[in-house]
Amino acid sequence: MLEIKNLHVKLEEEDKQILKGVNLSVEAGKVHAIMGPNGSGKSTLSYVLSGRDGYEVTEGSATLDGDDLLALEPEERAAAGLFLAFQYPVEIPGVGNMTFLRTAVNAQRKARGEEEMSAADFLKEVRTRAKALKIDAEMLKRPVNVGFSGGEKKRNEILQMAMLEPKMCILDETDSGLDVDAMKLVSDGVNALRDEGRGFLVITHYQRLLDHIKPDVVHIMADGRIIKTGGPELALEVEQNGYADILSEVQ
Amino acid sequence: MALAERRISATEARIAGLELPRGGWTEAARQDALARLRAMGLPERRDEYWRFTRPDTLSQAETPRAALFKPEETEIFSDLDRLKIVFVDGVFDAAQSDDLSLEGVTVERLANASVTDIHWARDLYGTLEARGQVPVQRPFAALNTAFATDGLMIHVTGKPSKPISLVYVHDSETSDAILHHVVKVEPGAEVTILENGPAAARFNKCMEIDVADGGKLHLIRSQGRDHERRAVTHLFARLGEESVFKAFTLTVNGVLTRNEAFVELTGDDATVHVAGACVGDGDFHHDDTVFITHDAVNCESRQVFKKVLRNGATGVFQGKILVKEGAQKTDGYQISQSLLLDGDSQFLAKPELEIYADDVACSHGSTSGAIDEEALFYLRSRGVPAGAATDLLTLAFLAEAVDEIEDPDLAADIVSRLESWLARRR
Repeated sequence: MLEIKNLHVKLEEEDKQILKGVNLSVEAGKVHAIMGPNGSGKSTLSYVLSGRDGYEVTEGSATLDGDDLLALEPEERAAAGLFLAFQYPVEIPGVGNMTFLRTAVNAQRKARGEEEMSAADFLKEVRTRAKALKIDAEMLKRPVNVGFSGGEKKRNEILQMAMLEPKMCILDETDSGLDVDAMKLVSDGVNALRDEGRGFLVITHYQRLLDHIKPDVVHIMADGRIIKTGGPELALEVEQNGYADILSEVQ
Repeated sequence: MALAERRISATEARIAGLELPRGGWTEAARQDALARLRAMGLPERRDEYWRFTRPDTLSQAETPRAALFKPEETEIFSDLDRLKIVFVDGVFDAAQSDDLSLEGVTVERLANASVTDIHWARDLYGTLEARGQVPVQRPFAALNTAFATDGLMIHVTGKPSKPISLVYVHDSETSDAILHHVVKVEPGAEVTILENGPAAARFNKCMEIDVADGGKLHLIRSQGRDHERRAVTHLFARLGEESVFKAFTLTVNGVLTRNEAFVELTGDDATVHVAGACVGDGDFHHDDTVFITHDAVNCESRQVFKKVLRNGATGVFQGKILVKEGAQKTDGYQISQSLLLDGDSQFLAKPELEIYADDVACSHGSTSGAIDEEALFYLRSRGVPAGAATDLLTLAFLAEAVDEIEDPDLAADIVSRLESWLARRR
């Protein structure tokens, strides 16, 4: 589903190489996790895939079901089925959460040549999805993420993911800023969306999120490359011994 | 030529082509206004109050030509149940207007009202305008009082069942319209007045407003979309005890618009909100000049002005809150903000507070900014195309001003105008 080949990325503003040849393949129905120390390039990878400004791809490719992601605008990537759950969801004063969600859902449908969702169907769907994530009606009415707690923001990200039904979900440190209960709620939300047609790439520092969202494959990223790939046991190894052993083993 | 002489000759040149209507009780008020105008002279560019807006095309004798613009959209407010009163190039058009009778209000043309000896508007016509000449001179308003050719005397004695809707049609490329309205809201009475349309190639409009104790006036304006029109408008309002006056103005396009508001809170516990949203593209200059005087206890004033500017458009805000001695417990708020959609546009702001009471809460703020790139990326990453995402953020920026409209249907109508304006420019 998601194919990343030899991806090299530098910052646009300065001559600094962040990704130095990332190879990664996420199959439909699988959950891949990427772990790694600070500054290893994990978040950059998620931003480059979703089309944020400020990065320059100098080599390599990234495709989603054969579509060249890097040639598409951010909104086209979203319509193609890519979703990024932000580490720091953005507050947008003046734009109601419901308006935002409905605009996004219908913009994607329109881009794919599908019929727009009626107001009634949308409302029904969003209420059901929101309830499962313990998002109340008041939160849906408020401006996007404004005044939301850390946990509410992350739940709102998962709600958007649920409504948009992407093929490929990237979760960028979704566990950051969450207490134990909120982490369980968010993880349950993610697990509910696990499906044989859908791939996940979960970026995290810690094993604890992976206790809830059980990965099929775990990658360790360091200095802009994936240096080791294994099963769920790799995450446990990191939790117990830190990254030092793995890093020295590779070098 | 000395400066004072130049000002005098420019003023005389402007009024040479105008005729001062004779007869009736307004004649004295008009003569007074003419004397005020001659004493002040029309503004010049070096005048402090006109530093950011060139007055020459408003004051010159010849009317600058303004092409007519025929929008495809249906006219704003046209779906509402309303009392419709039409002026074409500044002249009342009976054929296009509704019958003027409506329970709770009497509406008369200025020309008809001024022939009777006793009239409620006699104490107001030119009086509130004259009060508004201190401490800052407003010569175009004095010119208006002296030479207004038409206008309405609106006396609100109850709560009319529908809004009074003034429609200003622009039909001649060289029309030079001067309209003067007087609105008196009796104690406990309440009315909504709507105004829309470009009015004329050049438009000078004055509205004097007296809201008695416990009265309420809502004024919603939509200034027409003709690109080349020019307008200078004045609101002079005096508010009694526990009265409410809320004004909102939408301005799209217009090569030159100066909207002045002069409001005196003279009764305790009165409330005034003056708000404006404007969107300008290219050759667009929009000036909001507001002066609010707190002269009573426990009054509230809000000024909320938002401007969206692109392709070299200019926005101006001059806003003042004056709190007089003894006007304790004043709650004054003023915000003026611009969203600059490119580097060519500019916003010039002069917010002022002058406070002589010691127990007041007054705040003011003024900002200029661009579209928030983080928010834009967030919206796009969810599938909203860049153009639509920019529009959504632009409407969000304008929301605080639009929220000043209490009636949800009117607010929705205003928002839909803004949406279509933005969509046409994607």
